Amino acid sequence: MIAWTIYITFAGAVVLLFMPRFLARWIALVTTVADFVVSLIAFFQTSIVDLAHFNTIVRVPWVPSLGMNYHLAVDGISLTMVLVTGIVAVSTVLFSWDADHRQNEFFFWLLLVVAGSYGVFLSADLFLLFVFYELVIVPKYFLIAIFGSTNKEYGAMKLTLYSFFGGALVFIGILVAYVTAGSLDLNQLAQFQFAPQLQAWAFPVLFLGFAVLAGIWPLHTWAPTGHVAAPTAGSMLLAGIVMKLGAYGGLRVAMNLFPQGFEMWRNWIAILAVIGILYAAAVALRQSDLKFVIGYSSVSHMGFVLLGLATANALGVSGAVLQMFSHGVIAALLFAVAGRMIYRRTHTRELDALSGMNLSDVLPFAAFTFVVASAASIGIPGFSGFAAEITILIGAWKTFPLAVWITGAGMVLVAAFTLRALKKSFFGDAVSSVRMQEGRVTLDADWNEQQSITAAEKIGAALLMFATLAVGLYPKFLLDRIMPAVEAMRCLK
Amino acid sequence: MSYLELLKLASPEAVIVVTALAVLAIGLASTRAFALCSAVATLGLVFAIGAVLVLPQNATLFGGMLVISPLNSLFKIICIVLAVFTMLMTPSEKSLRNHGEYLAIILLATTGLMLLVGSEEFLMIFIGLELLGLSLYVMAAFDKTDLRSAEAGLKYFLFGSTASAFTLFGISFVYGMSGTTSLAAIAEKLTSASVQPLLAVGIIMTLVGFAFKIAAAPFHLWAPDAYQGAPVPSAAFIASASKVASFVVLGKIVLVGFAPVHGGAAWHAMVAGWSPVLATLAALSILVGNLVALAQTNVRRLLAYSAVAHAGYTLLGLVAGGRDGFSATLFYTTIYAVTLVGAFSVVALVRRETGGDDFSDFSGLWSRSPLLAGCMSIFILSLAGIPPLAGFFGKFYLFSAALSAGGNQGLLWLVALALFGSLISLYYYLIVLKVIFVDETAAQTSVVKVDLLSRLSLTLLALLVLLLGITPETLAARIIASLP
Repeated sequence: MIAWTIYITFAGAVVLLFMPRFLARWIALVTTVADFVVSLIAFFQTSIVDLAHFNTIVRVPWVPSLGMNYHLAVDGISLTMVLVTGIVAVSTVLFSWDADHRQNEFFFWLLLVVAGSYGVFLSADLFLLFVFYELVIVPKYFLIAIFGSTNKEYGAMKLTLYSFFGGALVFIGILVAYVTAGSLDLNQLAQFQFAPQLQAWAFPVLFLGFAVLAGIWPLHTWAPTGHVAAPTAGSMLLAGIVMKLGAYGGLRVAMNLFPQGFEMWRNWIAILAVIGILYAAAVALRQSDLKFVIGYSSVSHMGFVLLGLATANALGVSGAVLQMFSHGVIAALLFAVAGRMIYRRTHTRELDALSGMNLSDVLPFAAFTFVVASAASIGIPGFSGFAAEITILIGAWKTFPLAVWITGAGMVLVAAFTLRALKKSFFGDAVSSVRMQEGRVTLDADWNEQQSITAAEKIGAALLMFATLAVGLYPKFLLDRIMPAVEAMRCLK
Repeated sequence: MSYLELLKLASPEAVIVVTALAVLAIGLASTRAFALCSAVATLGLVFAIGAVLVLPQNATLFGGMLVISPLNSLFKIICIVLAVFTMLMTPSEKSLRNHGEYLAIILLATTGLMLLVGSEEFLMIFIGLELLGLSLYVMAAFDKTDLRSAEAGLKYFLFGSTASAFTLFGISFVYGMSGTTSLAAIAEKLTSASVQPLLAVGIIMTLVGFAFKIAAAPFHLWAPDAYQGAPVPSAAFIASASKVASFVVLGKIVLVGFAPVHGGAAWHAMVAGWSPVLATLAALSILVGNLVALAQTNVRRLLAYSAVAHAGYTLLGLVAGGRDGFSATLFYTTIYAVTLVGAFSVVALVRRETGGDDFSDFSGLWSRSPLLAGCMSIFILSLAGIPPLAGFFGKFYLFSAALSAGGNQGLLWLVALALFGSLISLYYYLIVLKVIFVDETAAQTSVVKVDLLSRLSLTLLALLVLLLGITPETLAARIIASLP
């Protein structure tokens, strides 16, 4: 059932290429909504017991002479990730509703990213997983290089080369696992005992390869640049889904295959994660471009994921998975407000310029959305960000108490830069008294055409806000499915 | 052994030679009968494929001078198919006059390929190399009105003939050491011998000629000029079919003939033999090819340097040795050839319309011809090793074969270098795609017209690259099964 998410998306992408232009967005919407419905049905139909193990759903020989299978499986972790992919994909299409430039191509690349992500989350064959993983990267290049803004070609190239650098490391790790164990089946590999000497070097190579995509410090610099260069849809996919691919790969492949290597290196992961959280938050505090602020906040929040993974206990790792869901939704929402709601109307993302516009009066819905997203991002109780980060920190308390102290202090920084961005963008003091007297802001020429927030934007934003609230109020809903799957992994102590 | 039987076993080659003569005659009779020439030539090649298919499974003549085995037959067919695709490209090359002659030379070169693939004996291999080489020199210099074509031909000839001389010299040394020219017999003779200096010289010199043919650094200097200057079909043929055949023969020479002196290329544990030599060639090619390609602004020159890098990757399989390594090399070189023929077809069509093949001629290609842009992106991404295209699986197969060889991941250094190289290569491949998809079209350029035949052959090649990536088993299993 859930495997259909992959097929539907690929089919949608191919159909798109041969359709007239005005249909493109509808096909994309139908495709992503169908995916979302499929993943919802799967989510509610699959019993929680079945989700405790990586259960095979499809297994067909693919290249028998080399032992490759088309093998898909699902457990609580991958189901959660499929769900967030579905939510983010639907809202991404909604937020690209008025794309007016080479639409077919745009939605084609967009759907390829989504399809590849579904594939990664459901693959139970190492080769298949890597195929999907690499498949995601090139469409991102085109999304950014063709449809992006600020410095797009540089940002696109940087992002792609970083991703492929990570991909090359992953490739080495996968090859080593394959030639040593003679199998590509993730479930079989998870039983195989690799020699400790091998794990000692293979684990960091593999994990680092994946972590590049998750934005691990100091290999995170592609993320802010890429986010800024990308079109809104690109940033949403990138922060919402693609960065999760890296964290997911680190958990599913690197940690699960090389538990002893993980044990040797997890302190280092925790250190890099904590540095990433603090460093990115501090940098975000000094940015003048709203998208850069959000880009660095993504790196900071992904630091929590890595910290959660490094704890090596069920609570911390489950928190990390929950954070992947939560941050996917929140980051998509933040980028939607910054890139679509604000930038399309004001043609600027400079915080200083925005603070003179008194946007909260002009765009009340956008202001409301941004307040919700900021609250979720800071970790106000009741939103998913809180549920996830508190789980991670409780998990980390057992293994890295010092890291919790430092991170706790770091969360103040997160709150600081988020509130600063919020205040400057929407609730700035209208600096010019002249404008105050006129009672309106200076606007772009095409302002009047797009003054109100469109219905598509409202639906997209509502979907994301609902997701973060629902999970924030009732995290058990996801945790019940994540926890057993995490406990089944052998990387836990 | 009667002559009749010999003729029967060599019937594919005979068919092609007769076709070549026929095409030559038609071309002489009328300079305008281009369509007829092409039809006859294609028909001849199709017959040749049929002749290959009805050959017996296994036969060996004259101590290995003509060997018929599943492997040889498979690669004879692959070479012929590549020749057909090259011929489909010739109509879009405006500069070629005397089409009959040109097609006849392609056919003769194909004969050379088949002799090369079909023999396991040094003298015959050398004759095949020369027949192939001489035809290719003429093909490279065929455009008499273009200075660059003459340069390409001359460079290719000078480098090629020097390399041939080296190979012949090397073969004579090997013959001196073993007293035979048959690969199997040489292997028997060498089992007892250690690697003496004389033998080492012989082996290295023999390999030089092949390093030239596959354009491995540092014997690649002819490649950029030949790829850029020669008429596009000639360049495509040099880059594809000639390379495939060379890799088949090189593989047989090192893995059969020189099998006892394999040596070892593992890091910190090098053992004298041919595999450290090939490993060095591979490493150099990967580095030089990828780094120099970064600076290119001409698509054909870029493809030439990337070809050097790809020769390096392909050598990895031979360095690894064994059945896995050889089949990985054969798989990779085959899909590489298919991809490159496709890329050159696109170049030929663009060149016909714009008169050049610099980056600027490709800018905004997506709006001028979505088909060409789409096909080119498939070929380029396959070269870059992006799934789900054939190049990705090829690389995976090659690198996994290299890593599993020799135990304890001894070749990890070479694999890591190759992966690093492909990372670099991604940059310049993406630049090409950026030019095609992102850059704006120059004002005066028009829509690129693509005739039906080119459309068909391009789509076919692109589909082939895609399908071999999604279901690589179809080719890989065949190659593995054909290996002894």
